[in-house]
Amino acid sequence: MRKYVFSQDHKVIGIQYGITALCFLLFGFTLMIMMRWQLAYPGQPIPLIGQWLGDANAPGGIMLPEFYNQLGAMHGTIMVFLGVVPLAVGAFGNYIVPLQIGAPDMAFPKLNMMSYWSYFLGGVTMLSSFFVPGGAANSGWTSYAPLATIATTGQTFWLFGMIFLITSSLLGSVNFIVTIVQLRAKGLTFMRLPFFVWAQLVTSFLLLLAFPPLEAAGVLQLMDRLAGTSFFLPSGLVIAGQPLHVSGGGSPILWQHLFWFLAHPEVYVLILPAMGIVAEIIANNTRKPLWGYKSMVYSTIFLGFMSFIVWAHHMFMTGMGTVISAFFQTTTMIISIPSVIILTALLLSLYGGSIRFTTPMLFATAFLPMFGIGGLTGLPLGLAPSDIHLHDTYYVIGHFHYVVAPGTLFALFAGIYYWFPKVTGRRMNDVLGKIHFYGSFVFINGIFMPMFIEGLAGVSRRLYDGGQQYAHAQGVLHWNVFMSISAFCLFFFQLFFIINFFWSMKKGKKVTSDNPWDATTLEWDTPTPPPHGNFIKPLEVFRGPYEYSVPGKSKDFLPQTEPEKV
Amino acid sequence: MQVPYTVNTRSDTGLYNAKLGIWLFLSSEVMLFGALFSSYILLRVGADTWPHGYEHLNIPLGTVNTAVLITSSVTMVMAWASLMMKDFAKYRRYLGTTILLALVFLVIKGFEYAAKFEHGLYPSTSTYFAIYFTLTGLHGLHVIGGIIVNAYFWGPGSKMWKTDPDRFTHRIEIAGLYWHFVDIVWIFLFPTLYLL
Repeated sequence: MRKYVFSQDHKVIGIQYGITALCFLLFGFTLMIMMRWQLAYPGQPIPLIGQWLGDANAPGGIMLPEFYNQLGAMHGTIMVFLGVVPLAVGAFGNYIVPLQIGAPDMAFPKLNMMSYWSYFLGGVTMLSSFFVPGGAANSGWTSYAPLATIATTGQTFWLFGMIFLITSSLLGSVNFIVTIVQLRAKGLTFMRLPFFVWAQLVTSFLLLLAFPPLEAAGVLQLMDRLAGTSFFLPSGLVIAGQPLHVSGGGSPILWQHLFWFLAHPEVYVLILPAMGIVAEIIANNTRKPLWGYKSMVYSTIFLGFMSFIVWAHHMFMTGMGTVISAFFQTTTMIISIPSVIILTALLLSLYGGSIRFTTPMLFATAFLPMFGIGGLTGLPLGLAPSDIHLHDTYYVIGHFHYVVAPGTLFALFAGIYYWFPKVTGRRMNDVLGKIHFYGSFVFINGIFMPMFIEGLAGVSRRLYDGGQQYAHAQGVLHWNVFMSISAFCLFFFQLFFIINFFWSMKKGKKVTSDNPWDATTLEWDTPTPPPHGNFIKPLEVFRGPYEYSVPGKSKDFLPQTEPEKV
Repeated sequence: MQVPYTVNTRSDTGLYNAKLGIWLFLSSEVMLFGALFSSYILLRVGADTWPHGYEHLNIPLGTVNTAVLITSSVTMVMAWASLMMKDFAKYRRYLGTTILLALVFLVIKGFEYAAKFEHGLYPSTSTYFAIYFTLTGLHGLHVIGGIIVNAYFWGPGSKMWKTDPDRFTHRIEIAGLYWHFVDIVWIFLFPTLYLL
């Protein structure tokens, strides 16, 4: 019980985070599959699962608009807060960071355990909200007031769930920062840290400082819902012809400010660990040092600072004035620079390498153009004049999904394939891995690329029937079927991953050494899988993280623990 | 291998783990209350009318409470100092006083709340009262949290003094830092809500 369930070992907690987050990712994906069916074939009963959804949601298997809204809100919430962040930070951060810095465990093992269980409770709260009257939260993942204030009970569950999740990430981020600052092995200076550790450090600062304002906002919205206050309710609100009896005087825009103050740094919480994983894998598989390691580190730090002053570019449509818009446009353009530096450095790292196209490397290489598309399509959204046209269209959906889905998620898959041998002692199957990769790569683009076309044509992202009623959408509507079929195929190709994951755990090819990829960083210096306490003896670090193909050496990699010969 | 620097400081950072941890936690708390204070400013600037705090709130009671909290911060430091001087009995007395003062604060706050409710003033009355109850309520929860932590270190948690006195002294320092933060929040809340 203490060993596997209420464990305080960072590796067990990392695995707990990983498994839970992968389940949530699959669940969130399933919600989206149902939505995609509705968008492509509105008014037709959902095959297979439609009959199980209940009459309140989908009578006769045909989805109701209210249910569609629940799915939309919960897809976003689950994917971001319960899927990607816990996988990127909770799982990879927990498992890999202490190993990469040569630490025996996280600095506060008990807090670490509490962080996981708080996350778990948050997840349970979110899931249970599907069963309350009126169903789950249905005001979008952003929970904009006043819509969310007057929404059904599910929204209260959403707020309580968020408070659990915020507590979890607070405990986690304190733990990560202390661990990285305090528990580095002897000789492991900051500029010798693997880039992944740097990415996690900056990510932790973002979580630590950006989440509390959302907690404040959550408390205020709870007060609005439960104590009858009007923090986010303006005076003179009329609902269904009836004036709302509240004191009024609140500000709906205030919610948006507080929400996006979190949610913009959150974007970098999603992407930085992914960049970290990609950097590790690229250096290892090109057998070259990362190009411009230092500029990548400084860019990451700068990115962290800047991400706190760009939030209102999500709010160009709120009428906050041209001066403020101009300020946030400028900061938004500035923040694109460090991202471009990191991406360019990763791209240039490929140049002249003898690349091993292993499964993790395929995912990591695909990350580069995918994140590139996601980033570049963001520029028109960061400028108010073009944003006014594109706001709330499928273009926005396409843009941020390119960053998070084929961007971050591909990097996370790469990480799973890459570190799987360390965790289990067995490799994942390469053939299944490659099928998973090529299938996912083709069909994920099949989903998101047409979204740009629909978005530029002005199709709103919130239409329950995919835009059937709208004259201006008619010319691009046929893409809906194309996108949905791509989504179903994408789902099919994930089965290869799931099978591979479980099969390799039991039957995968055993690794013969503790360092199967011939890597340089410290996590490969442990026994496989690492025991409690990680390292057999305290170690000392003598060199930077990526000393591959150093001229004049007998092997093409020098682990960080290899002493300099005098 | 054990987790290092739980008691000793790391030479290049000059910190032990928990000390860095509590400062990070407090920075996050600053962001929490910072967001709430910002909301207060935004709501007040946007409001047509906004009452002055002194028209509705009891300033003498608020002043007494401020003094109570500041005194409790002083006794908290004395508790830690007593441990540094290896005087455990004195430590118990000072920490006990801190806990009692915190309880006094809550009792006075309770009277203030009761008086408001008697006059029919609730969070739903106006945005001013909404923010008053939210901010002081959240601060009150922090006070309760502090009482729980301090009571633990006064009672069952103090066994560690026998087994690991250095680490126990660190724990009191950490609890003290948190307690000062709770105090400082009130020092901002009092003028903002009562005087302005």
